[in-house]
Amino acid sequence: MEFFHKPTSFPFMATRKVWYGLSIVMVVGSIALFFTRHLNLDVDFTGGVTIPATFPTAANVDAVRTAMERAGFHDPQVQNFGSARELSIRLPPLGPKQDAEGIRAQVTKALQGVDPAVDVQAPSVVGPQVGGELKRSAEFALFFTLVGIFIYIALRFHTWRLSLGAILAVIHDPIMVVGIFALLQTPFDLPAVAAILAVIGYSLNDTVVVFDRIRERFGVNRRMASAQVLDQSINQTLSRTIMTKVVTAIVVLALLFLGGPALRGFSEALLIGIIFGTYSSIYISSAIALDCGLSSEHLFPTAKKSPIDAMP
Amino acid sequence: MLEYPRWKYLLVLVVLVLALILALPNLFGDAPALQIERKDHEPLTATSLPLIEQFLNEGHLSHTTSYLESGRIMVRFANTADQFKARDAVDTKYADQYITGMSFASRAPAVLRALGLRAMKLGLDLRGGLYLLYQVDTQSAISQLLDSYAQDLRRALSAANLAYTDVAIVPSSGSVADSVRVTLPAGADLAGVRAVATKALPDLAFTTVSLPSGAALQGTLTSKQIRDRQDYAIEQNLVNLSNRVNQLGVAEPIVQRTGLDRINVQLPGVTNSAQVKNLLGKVATLEFRLDAATGDAYDVSQHGNAPVGTKLYYDQQHQPILLKREIIATGDQITNATAATDQDGPIVNIKLDSRAGDRMLATTRANLNKRMAVVYTEKRQEVSEVDGKKVTRNVTDEKIINNAVIEGVFGNSFRIMGMTSGESQDLALLLRAGSLNVPIYPVDERVIGPSLGAANIDRGIDALVIGMAAVFAFMAIYYRVFGLVADAVLLANVVLLTALLSLMGEVLSLPGIAGIILTVGIAVDSNVLIYERIREELRNGVSPQAAIRAGFDKAFSAISDSNVTTGIAGLVLWVLGTGAIRGFAVVLVLGIVTSMFTSLMGSRALITLMYGGRRKLTRLPI
Repeated sequence: MEFFHKPTSFPFMATRKVWYGLSIVMVVGSIALFFTRHLNLDVDFTGGVTIPATFPTAANVDAVRTAMERAGFHDPQVQNFGSARELSIRLPPLGPKQDAEGIRAQVTKALQGVDPAVDVQAPSVVGPQVGGELKRSAEFALFFTLVGIFIYIALRFHTWRLSLGAILAVIHDPIMVVGIFALLQTPFDLPAVAAILAVIGYSLNDTVVVFDRIRERFGVNRRMASAQVLDQSINQTLSRTIMTKVVTAIVVLALLFLGGPALRGFSEALLIGIIFGTYSSIYISSAIALDCGLSSEHLFPTAKKSPIDAMP
Repeated sequence: MLEYPRWKYLLVLVVLVLALILALPNLFGDAPALQIERKDHEPLTATSLPLIEQFLNEGHLSHTTSYLESGRIMVRFANTADQFKARDAVDTKYADQYITGMSFASRAPAVLRALGLRAMKLGLDLRGGLYLLYQVDTQSAISQLLDSYAQDLRRALSAANLAYTDVAIVPSSGSVADSVRVTLPAGADLAGVRAVATKALPDLAFTTVSLPSGAALQGTLTSKQIRDRQDYAIEQNLVNLSNRVNQLGVAEPIVQRTGLDRINVQLPGVTNSAQVKNLLGKVATLEFRLDAATGDAYDVSQHGNAPVGTKLYYDQQHQPILLKREIIATGDQITNATAATDQDGPIVNIKLDSRAGDRMLATTRANLNKRMAVVYTEKRQEVSEVDGKKVTRNVTDEKIINNAVIEGVFGNSFRIMGMTSGESQDLALLLRAGSLNVPIYPVDERVIGPSLGAANIDRGIDALVIGMAAVFAFMAIYYRVFGLVADAVLLANVVLLTALLSLMGEVLSLPGIAGIILTVGIAVDSNVLIYERIREELRNGVSPQAAIRAGFDKAFSAISDSNVTTGIAGLVLWVLGTGAIRGFAVVLVLGIVTSMFTSLMGSRALITLMYGGRRKLTRLPI
């Protein structure tokens, strides 16, 4: 079975100016959405309220969660807290009109549907899991990651043009994911952050595979125009690209539809990332390298002519 | 003919078998467990095991099994209720000998355990762990602030040559101390004292108070200042606790503020939760003071009338010694501390910050051949049973661990002796992680379930299994027999990754799962690259066996470059990242290694085995 029965030759590079424009719009839009609409930050980032609840017999965590959701609480986190009879419920921070006693009464009413003898204790405010220190070390780590990638690609492919393209693609994809999260207001939690890291890795992997083919094509045809070489490379790797994406998409879609609400942010981020990862490998990394003047000279520097040849 | 070196076949086989064995413990799951350790960190021996067994049996505390592991006793239970009961019983009976910690222990049979094989540790979101709640003694923060104010004021008044009777910490109203009061002798220069006080302590507003003994000046903290100081103390403790937990090598813990003055710490199921729990709550710090060299310490210990400017302490042999009140350097001025052993025994190498270093230099220079003492202060809570009820009391241990003659001048770098090996290591760790300048007391301790929710996890696992099954089917359809090879290789990859994670003792949490999904994607990608290349070669008219060889050879550069680039990214994130980021990076880097191995060597071995030897191969089922 094959996707393409004869070699394809889509003219990718020819339309790149259009896609540049689209990308710029999307990136600017994502950034704007991030600052205006804001991400729907989850309890991991904002901190919240924990409410202990004790049941006379072993508690059914699922039933409790359903009861809370039905009572209008948005995405409550329920976990066992010590013994099978004790639960801890985590909710988003109290709004300006809410107070601890009010919340306690609401939760008690909701849980009494599960077991009338439940004892709900006073809520206490809990700080965020992701503190300032984690954010700072993350920024630090990501910066040096970009530096490392840049250096390695420049070394292996003998040109900074491809490094630049790769870095821009790696930055582009997470921005798009964050933008869509801001647009759809999907809860942004710690697993979503992990998924974005996976997206970066995935996009990077993809980009370098295309680069390798570009290097090979330039090696074979030193006189062909760069745009043509790039087009050829992308076309030749197309069936591989689609195949890999389909396979990964199968797993991610399974998680999205069957994985439950806790994994929604996670699988959505991965899905968006896969789509944009493919796009960025073609229209960000390769196209930008092209417009920086990428040519076979850069990938395969020819030896300097010796002085003897220049003499008549 | 397509050949593959025999030693490579052997390597693949050996690695696979090893991986299967290493990954085996993961099949058995784990159970709630109690760790029992000696308070002084000396390892427990096999003789202690029967005693604990007997104690548990006599108390009708049901448990599934108990065994010795790495110098500690592990007891497994069928459920957390039993675990609780046993923990309470052991804590009450053996409070001064043992420390306990709750955790999870693998249910793998003793054979695997004896080989040192363990299952992967799961993070708080996937498995849950130990939950510790601490109360922060915020009043202590206020006292410390007032203490340092008092000291500054004393110094300022002495420098200005103004006479005063005493500087003390007092409550402005009620019983809670919140003010600094300077009592003055008759005829003292009140205005002068006020000027000096206001300059030395600009944050306080001073009022005059008239006492029966004379005039006094009192500066009181405002309620906002008190609140700010308390907030600051809690924030500091949050950072310090995080540092401590990191120092102890616990991966992906949670340390967060709860309520106004409490902190909760959550540790995933770790093998040293007893040790962590013990060290977390310890408020221990050092103070450096000069020996008073005046007065009779013994006399003071009997009658309690220490001369002005001195305080009574006891050393390790319970001899009373008088030390000057003035502190030369304190624990939070220590920038680094490492434990070592030299010919004198266990030592701790100390480095002070520049300010403290200067003071130390000045002090040692001015006091050569006099004695300087190192005071070790530890604040903790002791639980004991009185009339069948649990009684807790706050205990402060202050002891002089060292009172040596200053033989040479030193500044910010020196060593101290006088502790056992275990104590010096604990102390070095506590000093490094930062002194908890405000004491914390344990309030609650329990084992909690996974924060993601057990049902969610089950659902997630089901989804993953279905997804993987779909992938396997798809690969088999798209690449036929070669697709089946890719499936086998993918399975081997997962087993190998599991084995590595179990071996390295890393904690797997949801970000790690993201890493696994990424690894699977990269592994599939590698195989697809090879197969697409083989198809391309076949399309160009190359013979089947040559096509296989060309496919592997030509795809190699693409696979290696892309995997190494992603691997570099993963490596940087591993080294520089913390918490969730690090968890992801570890799985990513390991996964790249395993996927390169299985995709390149594993599939090549399998394919060569299947098609290399055939003489008349005209078509490839790909």
